[in-house]
Amino acid sequence: MSMDLRELYQDIILDHGRHPRNFHGMPAATNFAHGHNPLCGDKVTVYLKLEGDRIADVSFEGRGCAISTASASLMTEILKGKTLAQAEALFKGFHAKVTGGDPVEPPPELADDAERLEPLTGVRTYPARVKCATLAWHAFEAAAKSGALGVSVKTE
Amino acid sequence: MTVVSPFRPAANAGFDVRRIRRDFPIFERNPGLIFLDTAASAQKPKPVIDGVAEFYRTDYANVHRGVYRLSSASTDQFEKARETARRFLNAAHADEIVFVRGTTEAINLVAHSWGGKFLEPGDEVILSELEHHSNIVPWQLLRDRIGFRIRAVPIDATGGLDLAAFERLLSPRTKLVAVTHISNVNGHVVPVETMIELAHARGAKVLLDGAQAAPRFPVDVRALDVDFYVFSGHKAYGPSGIGVLYGKKDLLVEMPPWQGGGSMISSVSFERTSYLEPPHRFEAGTPDISGAIGLGYALDYIEGLGREAIREHEDALTGYALRELSALPGVNVIGGGQRQLGVISFTIEGIHPHDVGQVLDQNNVAVRAGHHCAQPLMDRLGVAGTTRASFGVYNDESDVDALVAAIRAAQELFGA
Repeated sequence: MSMDLRELYQDIILDHGRHPRNFHGMPAATNFAHGHNPLCGDKVTVYLKLEGDRIADVSFEGRGCAISTASASLMTEILKGKTLAQAEALFKGFHAKVTGGDPVEPPPELADDAERLEPLTGVRTYPARVKCATLAWHAFEAAAKSGALGVSVKTE
Repeated sequence: MTVVSPFRPAANAGFDVRRIRRDFPIFERNPGLIFLDTAASAQKPKPVIDGVAEFYRTDYANVHRGVYRLSSASTDQFEKARETARRFLNAAHADEIVFVRGTTEAINLVAHSWGGKFLEPGDEVILSELEHHSNIVPWQLLRDRIGFRIRAVPIDATGGLDLAAFERLLSPRTKLVAVTHISNVNGHVVPVETMIELAHARGAKVLLDGAQAAPRFPVDVRALDVDFYVFSGHKAYGPSGIGVLYGKKDLLVEMPPWQGGGSMISSVSFERTSYLEPPHRFEAGTPDISGAIGLGYALDYIEGLGREAIREHEDALTGYALRELSALPGVNVIGGGQRQLGVISFTIEGIHPHDVGQVLDQNNVAVRAGHHCAQPLMDRLGVAGTTRASFGVYNDESDVDALVAAIRAAQELFGA
């Protein structure tokens, strides 16, 4: 309650929540996965086009709150062009930040990208909302491992 | 969407909310709290909180066991609570009152015991689109074992139960109609009187989920002639973990036990065990003794305020809230049929219910956001979730005004 709501809903989040980027299906996807938060009913599908170890394209579809939509949107912007290893490192750092775990510093070349995720870390003081911020990332992680058949993950 | 609700004066003069609020310590400890989530669980008045503590201090022992005085005192209080629950529902006999953990357990008990014995392949159980998951899933679990069919009465364009459709669903195959008395999503007061008559004319039994109704208006199981009536203590200003299953005596005596253990047997050997008569047959193990006693205090508290008075108060408040919310641009109130009481769901254009809930919380307004354990209804309404405001005896117009102000704040933040 002490935290101002504007720290949770920063302009960048409101913007991406309202106008999500890369918000579409992907017929040429090599991988995809559904993410579902059974607690609130939020659903997201993350599509990947992998070229070897590199994320050539990434998009998402679904419905969710401003936090989960903005998180998915920012994630797709950041992950485009990254390698899977870089993506994994970014997720680890982000996950630690929003869950209040031991800090995981991303490699220096990813520092700017990690910085872009900073506005989402306001959820750490709202435990009920942490899963909103991580849903798309969990779906991404599952998609990376899934192959073309697709898989489902739940955030519980 | 317009909602039909007769205009009434906004306040019930005889119902002193300010005084009532002083009975609930939560408001003293949380100054400024606007609590609009009674449909999820009600706050507790002092007679319940203090009564339970006093019972532990003075009379506590296990029930139906000891020959010592303390155990009889505890048993007396426990059985007195059963009598209070009987009176609360106007049941004919205290033996028709089974203490359970809550509405969910009560429905599972009926499904497991009555349903397990009397339902067969080819039979039909009629539910409705308004049901809480707790009145859907137990029947599905049983269906998967037995193989009967589940039908769901649809809602009509106003959000109320479609009575004509219900009549069409009824058939000689219908063995049970299990519906809510008041929807936990849109507050619709289901026309159960007519439904019970129609169902009985076809020889079907009727179970009513009274979780939302029992704390909001008088319920007379004999006047209704309902076969099973279930409700939870915690939504009726009592403790959580306790609830009531009312069943007609001639039905309960035909039902097998559903859980085995102590307290429910008359004799046990390795060859053969015989069971007690209802209600004890269905109360295996040490019950929630203090919970039942606390529930008794809660029901006394409700009776003390007067259930007609509570109905009038919540009716006026519901009408006021519907008018205020419907007048807000960008707010869509989910229709609650011809009669609606105590519960209102709405969506706000461009803002997800969880974001609404977050902003409302920041404004000290506690509401529920999400699917309300009623996903089939959400699908029917074509929404992922709603924001829900629900009322209790401690709410008044100022709470609705605070809700409206908080909604405006949310709209401003999200530019919706």
